[in-house]
Amino acid sequence: MWKWLHPYANPEVSYHFAGKLLPWLTVLSVLFLSIGIVWALAFAPADYQQGHSFRIFYIHVPAASLSMGIYLGMAIAAFTSMVWQFKLADASAAAMAPVGAIFTAIALITGAAWGKPMWGTWWIWDARLTSELILLFLYLGIIALHSAFEDKNLAGKAAGILTLVGVINLPIIKYSVEWWNTLHQGSTVSKLGKPSMTMDMLWPFLFCFIGFILLVTLIICIRFRSEILARNSIRPWVRTLVLTQTALKENS
Amino acid sequence: MNKPMPATNLSYRSVFALIFKRDLTIALRHKDDIINPLLFFVIVVTLFPLGIGPEAQTLSRIAPGIIWVAALLATLLSLDRLFKSDHSDGSLEQMLLSPQPIFILVLAKIVAHWFITGLPLILIAPLLAVLLHLNEQSYGALILTLLLGTPVLSLLGAIGVALTVGIKKGGVLLSLLVLPLYIPVLIFATSAIDTAALGLPYSGQLAIIAALFFGSLTLAPFAVAAALKVSTN
Repeated sequence: MWKWLHPYANPEVSYHFAGKLLPWLTVLSVLFLSIGIVWALAFAPADYQQGHSFRIFYIHVPAASLSMGIYLGMAIAAFTSMVWQFKLADASAAAMAPVGAIFTAIALITGAAWGKPMWGTWWIWDARLTSELILLFLYLGIIALHSAFEDKNLAGKAAGILTLVGVINLPIIKYSVEWWNTLHQGSTVSKLGKPSMTMDMLWPFLFCFIGFILLVTLIICIRFRSEILARNSIRPWVRTLVLTQTALKENS
Repeated sequence: MNKPMPATNLSYRSVFALIFKRDLTIALRHKDDIINPLLFFVIVVTLFPLGIGPEAQTLSRIAPGIIWVAALLATLLSLDRLFKSDHSDGSLEQMLLSPQPIFILVLAKIVAHWFITGLPLILIAPLLAVLLHLNEQSYGALILTLLLGTPVLSLLGAIGVALTVGIKKGGVLLSLLVLPLYIPVLIFATSAIDTAALGLPYSGQLAIIAALFFGSLTLAPFAVAAALKVSTN
């Protein structure tokens, strides 16, 4: 059943596969993001209570869910690498960590910018905000651990263990708005079937959300390719690849 | 001189006891390892009244946070000796090579570490609470949270040490890795002490710290074992 997956354990095959995805992801993410952002910022109706400041929602919520989504992806990669000893899973986890950290930072900063007009403060020590901040610290710790080891394989294994320990934070972030009485509002879009917002506000959100997912996948694919090259730099296929690329450049 | 026992026939309990005794003996022969983190704890706590001002009301309000943050930092300082010396003289690798399961060895080392660093902290904490004018109703909560919380600090910290033991400049990195994991303990412990100061029941927060304790007690030794395998490679 899983046989079709086996060739992708080979770094060369995965490298070229990720390369083939790049143009598609670029076109689709630009398309979805431009439609979504323009629709959200210019055409979606203003909120009856929050006015125009609610529009930051269209960046804040995708960034926040992706910050958790990327962590989950990283944890799955770490688990895969630990159980089935896939070296490429470590490479993908290493590719995901900085992207996740940036998206966590975006979620925190846009949240602060949204909080100032709505709650009257940039920051409060509320459960949702604090747990998201811990997530940022976890990402930074994982990145630091990755760069602390000379040997990339060891770095991947060590960071994988830390990633799996940190998974405990994900449900805490997700349910923090339900478990504690917080200033942060509850979920509005993820209730499947009956979201608590009108459709003409929801549609641009879906475009933005899918656009951001595609953008994240694109960045991760680019970083994944360079991780593969860095880890396999002594292999012959990388040498021939580099040689042909430089030859092409010199000819043009 | 005792006859060396054949290592294969040891029960889990005797392995645990052997490692535990060994670590305690080593610690008692290097008494500064026990005293230095404790002194650090006391000095950090005394810095706060000097920095913030001696008003009893302010101090009693922030006392739980100060004591707990100082306890976190003192534990962090003492973590280094958990595996470092064993790693540098090679005995850690010998332990990993032994036929006994690693989590028993690791658990024994962590328990010994808690006896050396966590227990003295708890014993001296009431004295510091007096210096900080902690509310009288909070003493029980302070001791209970420290009793349940400091083992969690040792257990989670052991994961961080195990990950960084092979790295030369691991000290700062260790604090980066471990402190985020300590935050939940800090939040619930200080919240329990504050609630106790108001005369309200704080069993909810205690239950969560107890859950953290049992969760880390069962899972952390396995994570530490995996991390040690990576670090010693």
